[in-house]
Amino acid sequence: MTRRSHLDSDFFRNASERVALNRREFLRAAGLMGTAAPLLGFQPLRAVAPPRGRRVVVVTFGGGARDEETFAPDGQENIPHLMRTLLPQAAFYSRVVNHGILGHYVATASLATGVYETFDNFVATAPSNPTVFEYYRKALHRPASDAWVVAPSNGFNRIGESDARGYGKGFGAGVILPKHLLAASMPSQPDAAFQHLLRDNYEDPYYTPDLSGSEFELSQLDSILKLSVSDFTRHALTLSSADELSVFIARQLMRQLSPSLLWITLHDMDVAHSGAYSLYIEGIQRSDRLCAEIWQMIQSDPEYAGRTTMFILPDFGRDSDFDSGGNGFQHHRTGDALSRTTWIMALGPGVRQGAMIDRPVQSLDLVPTLGALLGFDTPRAQGRVLSEVL
Amino acid sequence: MQPQELTAADFAAYPPRARAVITEHLELVRTLPLVFAALLLREARDYDWKFPAEQRAIDDQFSFLASLAPAARTSLLQGFADVRLPAPAAHIDWVSHPQQFLDAFTAALWSTHQIDSFRQSATEYADHLRQARPDPAPALPRVALVVLGPELQKPDYPLFRKLRPHGVFVPQVDPTGGWPTLVAFARERANKAPIPFGHLYFDGEVSDHALAAQLASSSYAALSPVRAQLLDRIGTILSSAGAGPEHLRTAMARITPESLKWPTDADDPASGSPVFQRFQLDVLTQGSGTQIFSTTFVQWAAREALRRAQPLTLVLRFAPRQRSLNMNEMLSGKTESNTSDPAGSLLDADMGAFYAWVDLQRLTGADQSACLVWSQAQNQAVLIGPTLPRNTVAAAPMNMRQMLAQLT
Repeated sequence: MTRRSHLDSDFFRNASERVALNRREFLRAAGLMGTAAPLLGFQPLRAVAPPRGRRVVVVTFGGGARDEETFAPDGQENIPHLMRTLLPQAAFYSRVVNHGILGHYVATASLATGVYETFDNFVATAPSNPTVFEYYRKALHRPASDAWVVAPSNGFNRIGESDARGYGKGFGAGVILPKHLLAASMPSQPDAAFQHLLRDNYEDPYYTPDLSGSEFELSQLDSILKLSVSDFTRHALTLSSADELSVFIARQLMRQLSPSLLWITLHDMDVAHSGAYSLYIEGIQRSDRLCAEIWQMIQSDPEYAGRTTMFILPDFGRDSDFDSGGNGFQHHRTGDALSRTTWIMALGPGVRQGAMIDRPVQSLDLVPTLGALLGFDTPRAQGRVLSEVL
Repeated sequence: MQPQELTAADFAAYPPRARAVITEHLELVRTLPLVFAALLLREARDYDWKFPAEQRAIDDQFSFLASLAPAARTSLLQGFADVRLPAPAAHIDWVSHPQQFLDAFTAALWSTHQIDSFRQSATEYADHLRQARPDPAPALPRVALVVLGPELQKPDYPLFRKLRPHGVFVPQVDPTGGWPTLVAFARERANKAPIPFGHLYFDGEVSDHALAAQLASSSYAALSPVRAQLLDRIGTILSSAGAGPEHLRTAMARITPESLKWPTDADDPASGSPVFQRFQLDVLTQGSGTQIFSTTFVQWAAREALRRAQPLTLVLRFAPRQRSLNMNEMLSGKTESNTSDPAGSLLDADMGAFYAWVDLQRLTGADQSACLVWSQAQNQAVLIGPTLPRNTVAAAPMNMRQMLAQLT
């Protein structure tokens, strides 16, 4: 119960609203966004209605990025691809609030279930509520090959399917943990730095939970991804980060299986927990580049081009520089407005390009929106459909 | 156990000064909501190793609470009384293990969606406390002096972008005699107001003895053996059965300075101080990344020093941190892991300097406090002070003596 600072006074009240307002003003000042207000009285244009067989790619940042380092004037230099390439084609939700637990696994699981999950962030446990993958496969009778998750750490290995009654085993997504595959493919690697790379997450860098789910095994590289272990390791040697490896795996999935529902979680930027600001910035810049690469992968693949909606969203933000309880970019501990308020970018057919949606929405809204896009119900999800992207 | 059941015997294992403070206010503690009492005890338990400013803050909390009429106290603390305390936090002996309780309690606040209401209650309490017991004005206007060492370089990097709007940017610094002048300035301030832990110095490499002799100091290099011991402990903890993050945190919190071998520096009067050793241990065990990156060490030490010790003078010197290897470099094993990253360190230090200024602004006398940040490699600086204009650029080159003269 330390005394509050002189800084967190009235100036910081209503910060959530101000965060969104600033983000909107930054983007409008950059001449990139219109307003969604005129949209509200219209139905989607049937002439450009998306074709049948829609697909969805969701990219989450398992490590939030703040406006200061992204959409604010000084931050825009870190996200040239998001700003110049993707944003002009996107609908942008500027005020997305996450009211749940601000830990990356539990928050990502909440994104995937549409319910604020409450389990221990550092235990590899299945979500309590059905995931979007289970809704999708069960309702539409889709095969296991049609829904995949590529995630950064062992802690995510249970995210593919819940233990909810009526769902769970047999309905979930396949989960690929590229770093785990890398460890399995190079078991004799003694280097301490390599061991550090394989540490599970940046939130608690000393801890790697045991795997106990039905994660993708090394032996499946060849049978599913048509990738030999030697090719996999050889390619890994050309990549600079775990997120690049994740995108490489996602590309293989798209080429070999063309899943209709693909979820990729990037987490390089969460190196911010180490306190090194420069590494956090590098992580943002890499994520920016990788998002553009994923969108390019979609546009250049006939199975995806013209019928895929891509969502990009951080799972939450990071602490404000000015909150006395936090430590700025380094952590997301306070639950302050900046750490809870983030954004969603949506691109694809039917999405009104250049629209800025200012009304507050929740990160839980993603699941019902995916259901509406792909044509299935999400009965236990608590969010609301984001109608502007349908 | 409920607070009203507490007796003096329950604090027998507490350090002597903490025990004395708590037992003196035992009647008051018995009336407090359990959650609030536990949090207060968690702070008071370490009273013996707190900085003077922290001890005063604890004393102020007790006297403030005691000054309230019972109904007013109940009303002010109602938000804490309303917290639902689920297992396992409810089953933890919060008197004997307040830190363990706090960890479980925090997790429960998040999982039961009570974190926001708790945050609101804590904010309201702190507002009332601050109004009733404001921190005393500083004996001298506070000053932070931040030096970005000569090896921290990144061509064309625009330094001090976050700080420039608040002061004078000096694009051309005459570096002649810069560091010795800064050292003399800090020493003079320490002589002028010789307050325990009122003048602190943290270095990302090796401390300058001329400064360490006068200011309580800590350096990344000097703590190398302590960092190595801690990393060994972490390895041992994690290899034990049942190890996990919470187990690790609890085990780390139990590490005492006495259980580690500390470097001693005859020239540094604070090096053997139990208070300062405990502070340094906290920096290494509670700060994420402080054991790995020297830039993080300096930045976090500054943050904690300003928050806890509320110094009059703070000197920071950033040095290059070790480079973080790319994945392919780690996989190939062909790159030396102990090379430094001068460019990345410059960005880290630039942000660290900004945070030092922000944290300085949280303390009393903020309207009179001043900050100087100097890049030795780029010979640039920014000056922020009560009489200096904002968002301006110095027209002529300045040396350190001239800059310090403008600062105060």
